[in-house]
Amino acid sequence: MSAVTEASPVTAQDAAPEREWRPPSYWPFVIPALVVVLAVIIFPWVFTIWMSFNEWKVGSPTTFVGLANYLRLPTDPRFVEAVGHTLSYTALSVVLPLVFGTLAAVVFHQKFAARGFLRGIFIMPMMATPVAIALVWTMMFHPQLGVLNYLLSLVGLPPQLWVFNPTTVIPSLVLVETWQWTPLVMLIVLGGLAAIPTEPYESAQIDGANFWQVFRFITLPLIMPFLFIAGMIRMIDAVKSFDIIFAITQGGPGSASETINVYLYSVAFVYYDLGYGSAIAVVFFLLIVALAALLLYMRKRMLWTSELGGGA
Amino acid sequence: MNPRQILGQIGLWLSVLVIVSPAILFFLWMASLSLKFEIDNAAYPPVFFPEHIAWKNYADVFASNRFLTYFTNSLIVTGAATGLAMLVGVPAGYGIARMAAHKSAVVILIARITPGLSYLIPLFLLFQWLGLLGTLVPQIIIHLVVTVPIVIWIMIGYFETTPLELEEAALIDGATRWQVFRHVALPIAKPGLAVALILAVIFSWNNFVFGIVLAGRETRTLPVAVYNMISFDQLSWGPLAAAALIVTAPVLLLTVLAQRQIVAGLTAGAVKGG
Repeated sequence: MSAVTEASPVTAQDAAPEREWRPPSYWPFVIPALVVVLAVIIFPWVFTIWMSFNEWKVGSPTTFVGLANYLRLPTDPRFVEAVGHTLSYTALSVVLPLVFGTLAAVVFHQKFAARGFLRGIFIMPMMATPVAIALVWTMMFHPQLGVLNYLLSLVGLPPQLWVFNPTTVIPSLVLVETWQWTPLVMLIVLGGLAAIPTEPYESAQIDGANFWQVFRFITLPLIMPFLFIAGMIRMIDAVKSFDIIFAITQGGPGSASETINVYLYSVAFVYYDLGYGSAIAVVFFLLIVALAALLLYMRKRMLWTSELGGGA
Repeated sequence: MNPRQILGQIGLWLSVLVIVSPAILFFLWMASLSLKFEIDNAAYPPVFFPEHIAWKNYADVFASNRFLTYFTNSLIVTGAATGLAMLVGVPAGYGIARMAAHKSAVVILIARITPGLSYLIPLFLLFQWLGLLGTLVPQIIIHLVVTVPIVIWIMIGYFETTPLELEEAALIDGATRWQVFRHVALPIAKPGLAVALILAVIFSWNNFVFGIVLAGRETRTLPVAVYNMISFDQLSWGPLAAAALIVTAPVLLLTVLAQRQIVAGLTAGAVKGG
């Protein structure tokens, strides 16, 4: 260290300054964050992978079991069921916010009074503390005293059991998820709308296109990249969704709304089966990566076919 | 205005109303629940505006002996986790932007994809081994999983857009890298700092999953405390809703006041914690 600091002034004086001057290294800026990232992100990952190869229960000695934890997964009915719940929950929680978020973005793209303030109100659901809103939704879902059944009765629909019925629990939770995360899709699509040039709209107006035609043939294709990003983010968050599900149903009734993440919690921190829990965590992560890759592939296919169609 | 334009305006305002009403009605109902006595909360058909307002619900929440402890815990955990994240994350965002080390963003991406629970298993063991369970330290450290990627991600974006010429001139004039960062780059990036700070605070404050595993009776943060209230008194809705509103009120206030910064940050990085 000292040799370097003593040597550097000499070379700086000897050589011509404009030839010797080099952009300084920025590593010192990054190193503290690197240490933190290594400690709280990389280390847990490496350790999780190691643990997944071990029989590791709190309070008993650990033994190396190879792939046994992974082989246990497909034969564990609760895990298989949880994968199914996760996929249906995710599919609904991607599609519905995408539809409503796009509609909301089209409206927020117009100019009207107090737009900024109203946008602030609109994004409140996704910024609010999830546990706090889960608590209020739980009260609203209450079959006898809940306000939702009262609202249904106003429009003449029969009362529902919402999260207390195994067949309606996932759609009910998706309702909360959609209410909560439609704003994020809206914001991303709104960013896309702002980037669209005005010329296509002007020529469409001259050609006498109606509102729906303009949306279908001009707006939608141009915001496709943003819808894709929104869909990707939504997928990642919906797969991992935990707070809302855990706070409202804890995976119930029975195990009707137990997603992988909720099951992972039970395995690791109720049964303290940390080795098996780690295997679930690894597979869960790979599932998210696989779903992301699938979306990317679908987008590539779509681009390819639309380009072919355009050329024909 | 001709009739067609008036019709258009009415249509626009109707659609705005439809779009914002789920949010408005929900939070109004939350407030209504928190201000009603049990008789009104158990009434059918539901009562929206009660005859007698139950301010007592709020007084009860504040009077319960542990609530202030949990509030302090939340302040400490969020404050420390955000402060530390800004301390290491802002220079890191600067360094990564200047080195154009875009591959390092992969780590952030992995952090973004990883479910919060999978950090908990190894870190839980580590904290147990270090004898830290029962203090707030584990929660502060694990909240860094949420706050550090947010800060780095947003700061990379901001430093990439700030002009380089000024920094290069200062370097040639003999300023050290640190001086350039401190006196040239940082002042320009102030709006970015605000965005990173606000989002880190909100996502750390809201975090629930880390707390349910790591918090003991004395070290609960507010979201965990509220969750535990659900299981204890299922049937007193007034105080429960009041507690929920108190927990989320700072965040809601911040959202409305700083909606421009929040929107900028979310659309730039589209980050979310945990």
